[in-house]
Amino acid sequence: MTPERPAPARTVLDPTGELSPDAHERTPRPTTLDGLTVGLLDITKARGDVFLDQLDRRLQERGLSTRRYSKPTFTKPAPLDLRQEISEQCHVVIEALAD
Amino acid sequence: MTTAADGLRGDVPAGHGLPDGLVAVVKRDCPTCTLVADVVTRLSRDQHCVVLTQDDPSFPEGVASPVDDTALDRSYLLGIETVPTLLRLEHGTETSRVEGWERDRWRSFTGLDDLGDGLPEYRPGCGSLSVDPTRSDDLRVRFEGDRLASRRIDIAVLEDEMEAAFDRGWTDGLPVVPPTPVRVLRMLDGTDRSPDEVVAVIPPDLVACTVEKVAVNAVMAGCRPEYLPVVLAAVEAACTDEFNMHGLLATTWFSGPMVVVNGPITRRIGMNSGINAMGQGNRANATIGRALQLVVRNVGGGRPGGVDRSTLGNPGKYTFCFPEAPVRDLPAGPDWPAQATEMGIGPDEDSVTLFAADGVRGFVDQLSREPESLARGLAAVLQAMPHPKLALAFDAAVVLSPEHLRVFREGGWTKQDLRDRITGLTTFRPGELTRGAGGMAEGMPDGFDTVELPKFRDGGLLVFHAGGGAGLFSAVIGGWASGAMGSQPVTRRIGT
Repeated sequence: MTPERPAPARTVLDPTGELSPDAHERTPRPTTLDGLTVGLLDITKARGDVFLDQLDRRLQERGLSTRRYSKPTFTKPAPLDLRQEISEQCHVVIEALAD
Repeated sequence: MTTAADGLRGDVPAGHGLPDGLVAVVKRDCPTCTLVADVVTRLSRDQHCVVLTQDDPSFPEGVASPVDDTALDRSYLLGIETVPTLLRLEHGTETSRVEGWERDRWRSFTGLDDLGDGLPEYRPGCGSLSVDPTRSDDLRVRFEGDRLASRRIDIAVLEDEMEAAFDRGWTDGLPVVPPTPVRVLRMLDGTDRSPDEVVAVIPPDLVACTVEKVAVNAVMAGCRPEYLPVVLAAVEAACTDEFNMHGLLATTWFSGPMVVVNGPITRRIGMNSGINAMGQGNRANATIGRALQLVVRNVGGGRPGGVDRSTLGNPGKYTFCFPEAPVRDLPAGPDWPAQATEMGIGPDEDSVTLFAADGVRGFVDQLSREPESLARGLAAVLQAMPHPKLALAFDAAVVLSPEHLRVFREGGWTKQDLRDRITGLTTFRPGELTRGAGGMAEGMPDGFDTVELPKFRDGGLLVFHAGGGAGLFSAVIGGWASGAMGSQPVTRRIGT
C-alpha cells in the first residue's frame, strides 16, 4: 500500500511579536498655554539646544514658565525616570529633534 | 486527507497505550515481515505478543487481532525505525528491542529455542512507515506541534503562500521560506534550548522573543537548523544595552548590525571566510545575518519608514554576516589574535561579534611591501571616516585580506603594532578640527580642539581577517555613534 502524499502545508506560524496594542487615548490638548508649565526636552542632537533656546525665550516672553530637560544620549529612548519627572513637573512638553 | 494543520488540532493519544510484554511491529509491504509472519503469529498465540501492523490491518493473517496502526501513532511513539521490530515493555516502558530478523536474537529474546526453524539466519528489515519521508513530517507535527506556541495562520486555498508572506509584511523585500510547523520543529532541532525560553527583548516594540520566534524567523531567512545557535547568539548580542539595537534601527545613519562569527562552528556549518566572504553565495553567511534582521523586523516591529528612519540605508541591512578567517601560513602565535580573542573569547570557542556597520569601503594598496607604508595608507583612509574633521565620534572596522595581512606579518608587526601605529597616524593636532578650518564647516565643537584628539576611542578600531588569497585589497567599514553614547561592539559566545 503506497501512502498518499500529504497535501502541501497550508498553515504557517506567525513570525511577529503577536502584539495587540492597547488603544491609548491621547491626552487632551490644551486650548491655551496660559498658566501652564512647558517642558523643553533636548534629545542632545547637534544644535537642538539652539532651537530650544529660541523657543524658551519666546515662551518666557509670553509669561510662561518653562523647564529644561535633556536625554543622556539621543541614540537611546529617554530613561523612565526622566519621562516620569517631565510628566510630574510639566503640563506640556516640546521635544527638539534637531539635526 | 490529513494535513499538518489538521494534525495540530487532532486528538493525540497520551501514550502508546499498549500492555506490558512483547510487541511486534510489521507491515505487509516488507519481505522480511512476510517471511516472519508465522513466527509473529506464534508469538501472538503463545506469548500474548501484541502485533502492530502499519499498512494492512489484516496482516499477518494468522494473528487473531492485529492492532491497526495505519495511522502510525503507536509506531511513532515507540520510535520504530525498522520493521519487523520486536520489543519488550515493562511498566509501560521499553526495555529492549530487536530490529529485522536475527534468528538467534529472536530466540534468546523470547526464550523459544526452536523459533523460526527453517528460516534463514538473518534478513535485514525494511524502513518503518513512521519514518517514511511522506509520513514523518505529519506525525511530527501531530505529536510535537504543541511545543509551538506561535499563532497558527491558515493560508487560504487560493492564496499563494509566498505572496501571503509579502502581503502580511513579513519579508525584507525578498521571498521568505514559509514557516510551517514542521519546518520550525526541524529548526528547533538545531538547539538544546527550550522553545519557550526568552532570548532577548527586541526593540523597538520591546517584545520578549522566545527561541521559537527566532526559529520561525530563521526558517523564513533560509537557515539550516545547525545555524540556529549562531542566530540566537546574534539576537542576544544585538539586544544588549551596549549594542543598542534600538538606536541603531532608529538612526538616520546607514548602519545595521554586522555579524562576525569566530570559532570551529564556522567550518562545521560551512561558512565562507575566503573568496567573496562578505558577498553573496554562501547560505550560512547570507541567512544568519538575514535572520537577525527578520527578528528585528517581525518580532520587534522595526521597519523602514516606521522606527527605522535611515536616510539611505545600505545593502548590508538585508544581511551582513561573515566568519573571521583563521590566520594561517606564518608562524602561529599570540602576535595576531582574532578580534573575538581580543574581546575575551578563547581561540577555540565559538562566538559572534556585532558591529554597527555602515557598509563596505574598498582600500587598495598594491605597492606597499613594508608595514609602515601600508599602515600609512590605511590610516589615511580611516582618518576620513565618516568625515575627515570628526574625531572620537564613530568606531571603524578593518577587514584585512590575506595579502595585506602577510605584509604586516612578514614585516614583523603584531596586531597591536598595527593598531598603535594607526592611532599615532590618525591623531589630530590641536586646531585641525576646528569648525570652519580647512574651509569645511564640519568639525569638533568649541573646546574640543585645544588638545590632540585620537580619531578612534580606545576599543573603537576593530581588526578582522578574511578574504580570498589573491588581492592586495582590504575593507574598511565605518561604524555609528560610538561608545556608551551609541553602539559598542558586542561579543557573545555561541551556545548549543
